[in-house]
Amino acid sequence: MNPEERHIFSVLVENRFGVLARVAGLFSGRGFNIDSLNVAETHDKSISQITLVTHGDAQIIEQIYQHLNRLIDVIEVTDLSTGTHVERELVLIKIGAKPHERAEILQVAEVFRARVVDVTTTSLALEITGDEGKLKAAIEVFDSYGILELARTGKIAMMRGFDS
Amino acid sequence: MELSGAKILVESLKREGVEYIFGLNGGAAMPIFDALYGETGVKLIPMRHEQGCSHAADGYARATGNVGVALATSGPGATNLVTGIATAYMDSIPMVAITGQVFTHYIGSDAFQECDVIGVTRPICKHSYLIQSSDEVADVVAEAFHIAKTGKPGPVIIDIAKDIQMHETLFRYPETVNIRSYKPQVDGDPGLVSQAAALIKNAKRPIIYAGGGVVLANASEELRQLTLKTGIPITVTLMGLGAFPETHPLAMEMPGMHGSCCANYAFTDADLVIAVGARFDDRVTGDLSKFAPNAKKIHIDIDPSCIGKNVPIDVPIVGDAKNVLTALNKQVSTANIDPWRAQIQEWKQKYPFEYEQKSDKVMPQYVIEQIYEHYSDAIVVGDVGQHQMWAAQYFKFTEPRQWLNSGGLGTMGFSLPAAIGAQLGCPDKTVVNINGDGSYIMTIQELVPAITLKLPLKIFIINNMYLGMVRQWQELFHGKRYSAVDYHDNPDFALLAQAFGATGIRVEHTEDVRPALQKAKGITDGPVVIDFIVDEEENVFPMVPAGAGLGDVVRGLS
Ligand SMILES: Cc1cc2nc3c(=O)[nH]c(=O)nc-3n(C[C@H](O)[C@H](O)[C@H](O)COP(=O)(O)OP(=O)(O)OC[C@H]3O[C@@H](n4cnc5c(N)ncnc54)[C@H](O)[C@@H]3O)c2cc1C
Ligand SMILES: Cc1ncc(C[n+]2csc(CCOP(=O)(O)OP(=O)(O)O)c2C)c(N)n1
Ligand SMILES: [Mg+2]
Repeated sequence: MNPEERHIFSVLVENRFGVLARVAGLFSGRGFNIDSLNVAETHDKSISQITLVTHGDAQIIEQIYQHLNRLIDVIEVTDLSTGTHVERELVLIKIGAKPHERAEILQVAEVFRARVVDVTTTSLALEITGDEGKLKAAIEVFDSYGILELARTGKIAMMRGFDS
Repeated sequence: MELSGAKILVESLKREGVEYIFGLNGGAAMPIFDALYGETGVKLIPMRHEQGCSHAADGYARATGNVGVALATSGPGATNLVTGIATAYMDSIPMVAITGQVFTHYIGSDAFQECDVIGVTRPICKHSYLIQSSDEVADVVAEAFHIAKTGKPGPVIIDIAKDIQMHETLFRYPETVNIRSYKPQVDGDPGLVSQAAALIKNAKRPIIYAGGGVVLANASEELRQLTLKTGIPITVTLMGLGAFPETHPLAMEMPGMHGSCCANYAFTDADLVIAVGARFDDRVTGDLSKFAPNAKKIHIDIDPSCIGKNVPIDVPIVGDAKNVLTALNKQVSTANIDPWRAQIQEWKQKYPFEYEQKSDKVMPQYVIEQIYEHYSDAIVVGDVGQHQMWAAQYFKFTEPRQWLNSGGLGTMGFSLPAAIGAQLGCPDKTVVNINGDGSYIMTIQELVPAITLKLPLKIFIINNMYLGMVRQWQELFHGKRYSAVDYHDNPDFALLAQAFGATGIRVEHTEDVRPALQKAKGITDGPVVIDFIVDEEENVFPMVPAGAGLGDVVRGLS
């Protein structure tokens, strides 16, 4: 087996129903993995961007790239892992927090530059943005307080600088 | 001019030059069939099963190179089309399949005869459309045909709800199609073409490995030029047979599992493989670790995802075979490879396709040889199994689109409906259907339209009373445990043909083979079925056993 690599693909697609199913079907039908998936409209309403994190050996990554390109509704595929890029994900975490624990949790939140988005007498909800490493560290720490609920957006990414 | 969605659909098909639509009616497609009623610009061909519709459209496309069109109702009609769509997809055949759908406001409600056709066909079509308004119909048809026939061809599905078929709107057909996300690359990279030419120049043991892509690209002429100009020996896959004449001294015939020893030895010893429109299928390569181990590889293919998929490639050229070969032919000259050509000739002479007269029964290979003698110019439509392999081995194809068969999916039942499509598309040609007893009965109902249309099909059944190809594997690899392959309960196919209203002839003795074939020639007002009762346990050889390398091909005869 060749070494597995993690790759982030940015896929620009026609903003039509059914496109996501085609992309997802390509992965499920061929046994490729999707580690994270994010879909949203771009500034051009006719185009959506899919950010897709996957892993596999070089041959599989090449196949994924080619097969994404082969879909008729796919306008452009970029393998962001081939260049320097920025990568972000947003996570919402709800933590069980009695009033006396709050101060300590907020201190930790400060370290991760987390924002408080909701507080009740028994819980605290935080919003954290970052790359994979930061989110992993944050989740680990907050888990020691008891995570009640967690939701994440999936990664979004773009190349650094200007590339026509 | 305001027209109903159904009328717009039909008018659009006419703009695309469609001659025939192979259809079977039903509730959700009734407005379309109504629009076709009495229509002369495009002819509706009613089939007896929707699988017949998709295979007939496919056979028409393979024989003519034009897009084949199938039409069915929603639900069961659409699901019956599926096998034919998948068959076309695997062999890259241009097709448009149109399915009726339940009323728009019922979609998603498990309505009567509702089926998510787009969902079901997603992995087996090139693209698909669920039409959302009658305003879209003309544009969708234009796009669908464009996608089906350009780039790597394939089937495209158009699903259209009944209310949209009935709703009237303005008809305007687009003059051009421009899909920003779909721009197939047709010209090969000039740098890579030069690299290929350099490899060809320096090779000592080169071979050309051509496939169905040459036929799809209508590039047989360019392939012939490359072969004749360089004098490099050539092998052509099951899907490409006829792209280069098998009667030519440079032809090594088919490679792979049941291919010629010569082609398989040549792969194993070659120092350069020039692949054109061939996809390194496992039936051809055998064990990948032993496949052409000493050869550099050039791969010309229109689909980048096919290049390097199974075998690492040294010179990958993405482009249309016709364009790339035209460019390449300008840069090549006679290869200085006499010893290699001599080696090829020796293998060819030493290991031809051959068989023994094992019993007093008719040998299936003899029947094929005789079919070739009597019908060497015919379009031959093969089904799937041993008879398919014998047809590929013993019929010498010399023209592209002369041999039609389901190679990629290997769909039993393909051939009779495909022969109907081929005959309609090529009315001046003789169409021979080489069928198996198991395969024939899978779509036997299509004899009815063949008779109604008075198509002079020559339907030849190689009847071994078995699912022979599977029986062969059971004999060789399952200790002769003949599980569910015994077809001695077959009906009398000659009598059955007569009951349908066709001519039916039964042949049991070797001396009756030629007279029967001769007689069939004279029957021109409808199909003739000849049931050749052949040796039951004859096997197909040579054979590369599963998991073996091509060099380990088992010849069968000593
Ligand atoms: C029972 C059975 C036994 C079989 N045994 C054998 C065997 O012994 N030997 C054998 O050869 N096959 C055999 N097959 C068939 C095999 O399964 C494959 O279908 C076949 O080998 C594929 O042929 P191909 O490589 O020519 O590709 P095709 O399936 O014909 O694909 C065409 C290729 O050309 C490309 N292409 C399409 N259009 C263009 C264009 N315009 N320009 C350039 N490229 C283009 C496509 O992208 C694709 O890569 C058998 C099948 C069955 C059912
Ligand atoms: C629809 C379908 N079902 C099953 C198979 C598996 N299969 C491959 S060859 C074969 C036997 C074909 O029998 P027949 O048509 O009699 O041809 P023969 O091999 O005897 O010449 C079978 C069952 C298939 N290819 N297609
Ligand atoms: Mg049989």
